[in-house]
Amino acid sequence: MNAEIEKINTESNPKNRLPKLATFGIHSMFTVYSFLCVIPIILVIMVSITDESTIVRDGYSFWPSVFSFDAYEFLFKDATSIIKAYTVSIIVTVVGTCLSMIIIALYAYPISRKDFPHAKFFTFFVFFTMLFNGGLVPWYLVYVQMLDLKNTMAALIMPLLVAAFFVLITRTFFQTTIPAAILESANIDGAGEMRIFFKIVLPLSLPVLATVALFQTLAYWNDWFLSLVFITKEGNISIQYLMYKTMLNIQYLSTNSTAASAITAAGGTFKFPSESVRMAMVIIGIGPIIFAYPFFQKYFVKGLTVGAVKG
Amino acid sequence: MSTEIMNVTVKQAPKKKTPMLKTMKKYWMFYIMMLPAIVILLVNNYIPMFGIVIAFKNINYVDGILGSPWSKFENFKYLFMTKDALIITRNTLLYNSSFIVLNLVFPLMFALMLNEIKNRFLAKLHQTVMFLPYFLSMVVISYLAYAFLSDTNGFINNSLLPMLDIEAIKWYFTKDFWPYILSLVNTWKNMGYYTVIYMAAIIGIDEEYYEAATIDGASKFKQIFTITIPLLTPIITIMTLLQVGRIFNADFGLFFQVPRESGVLFPVTNVIDTYVYRTFLTVGDIGLSSAAGLVQSVVGFSLVFLSNWIVRKIDSDNALF
Repeated sequence: MNAEIEKINTESNPKNRLPKLATFGIHSMFTVYSFLCVIPIILVIMVSITDESTIVRDGYSFWPSVFSFDAYEFLFKDATSIIKAYTVSIIVTVVGTCLSMIIIALYAYPISRKDFPHAKFFTFFVFFTMLFNGGLVPWYLVYVQMLDLKNTMAALIMPLLVAAFFVLITRTFFQTTIPAAILESANIDGAGEMRIFFKIVLPLSLPVLATVALFQTLAYWNDWFLSLVFITKEGNISIQYLMYKTMLNIQYLSTNSTAASAITAAGGTFKFPSESVRMAMVIIGIGPIIFAYPFFQKYFVKGLTVGAVKG
Repeated sequence: MSTEIMNVTVKQAPKKKTPMLKTMKKYWMFYIMMLPAIVILLVNNYIPMFGIVIAFKNINYVDGILGSPWSKFENFKYLFMTKDALIITRNTLLYNSSFIVLNLVFPLMFALMLNEIKNRFLAKLHQTVMFLPYFLSMVVISYLAYAFLSDTNGFINNSLLPMLDIEAIKWYFTKDFWPYILSLVNTWKNMGYYTVIYMAAIIGIDEEYYEAATIDGASKFKQIFTITIPLLTPIITIMTLLQVGRIFNADFGLFFQVPRESGVLFPVTNVIDTYVYRTFLTVGDIGLSSAAGLVQSVVGFSLVFLSNWIVRKIDSDNALF
């Protein structure tokens, strides 16, 4: 019987096989599409290693006639603004992700407990934030006028800390994977809730914690909106925001570079391979994500399927 | 008999009197655990909700938010008198509607086809590569678009169009192309994400359905339309519902970064979110932008409920709440 079913499902059964032409079509379509996904990045990489005068003459191209690593040389030699921006991005991402993971888990655990009478209310308390918000203006005024957080790193971290969606995902994970019997017996043994949470719940929840951490890392690293709204002075400029600023005004990089200001102070005009530098900066900015992302993807898929958020 | 009742009432009495205090005493640690998140939610979400009064006020910085005089519906009247109101509403709704369709049709097709690739390594590779754009920030994506579209140096104007003998196009100054460009960018960015979601749902379907269908002689095509798609209806409904509920909220990054804030393009790239941002932080008109923000929040909120209600009428299992 088993063998029969296996036979039914194997490719040898003509009913279950696509025509050769269709298979070929699917394969070639995916090859083309995958190619389309990476080609813009390849173009930017090629521009970043193109000689500046070649760009001016031929424009951006996939295979420049003259290669040059001047852009990277410039960035590494006079890297103050890039290093500063990188530092801000790394601090915000690391601190934000760690804090957010622990705060989300600490909130999700009580609302996952069926015996906690207020679980429903506090679930709604977080769910409601997904449905309604006060809009940009009041939100901005709370951070700037009430908390006085303008131009601080706290303003780049705090707004993303409690992501309602992940609170609900984490809660569902706790509900479905941690057996109530374990919690009960720990309770009978006299363990406090905090102890149960750190010693039993967290070690059992690594998959969902990893998912939350990776999503939050991505959210913090890729964020530029909070900088756009809250950062008006020099300092605390993240790498994404630096890229945005440079996109609008290519001179932004040179006004921030010490070498450039020294030269302009001496009365000279500072020249640098601005076109390729700009693209090189993008490559440096997406670097960490590109390397981390195949690993990310595994948890993304897991996280997305970790459980319905319904309820 | 009477003593029994007495006993019961005596036992229950204290519970009924102070259930709130008692639970708080028993679960005090829970409240401490939840405290950090509660504080952040209050500051980040709930206090701003009270800030919607700003939309009904004539704010000046001397009197502060509470002290400023009421303006009733002046801000809203003014908002709906501008021709921006119509443009941003139209743009937001049209773009989001087309994104909902695009984010359903293509990823679903891709997921179905990806499922037919029997070479596990190849399927995995395609899926991974397709997911790449989802991980890029909108700033990076605006650079990628710029590399192709730049007037002076862009790849299209310098290499592609001369090959086809077409004159260079000033992309960032020509309105007509942008609805297509923005839809393309949005689909390109989100394709991997939605494909993975539908793919996961397809993999979750019980093999027995297909076994039975094969025995009955159903063709591959028939299996897709009679088994796969009907069984995917719940996830399709949820994904669509989530987007319909947010149809009034545009992807700020897409409309703000990718067109590079080119003023010529505003008639086709300005959406409610970018309008609120610009009138508030660039122009500095608090009343107008908070009025637009409030309209957006209220309409969005009602739409979530409306769409959920409709789905519940049709099939309560697929409703979100």
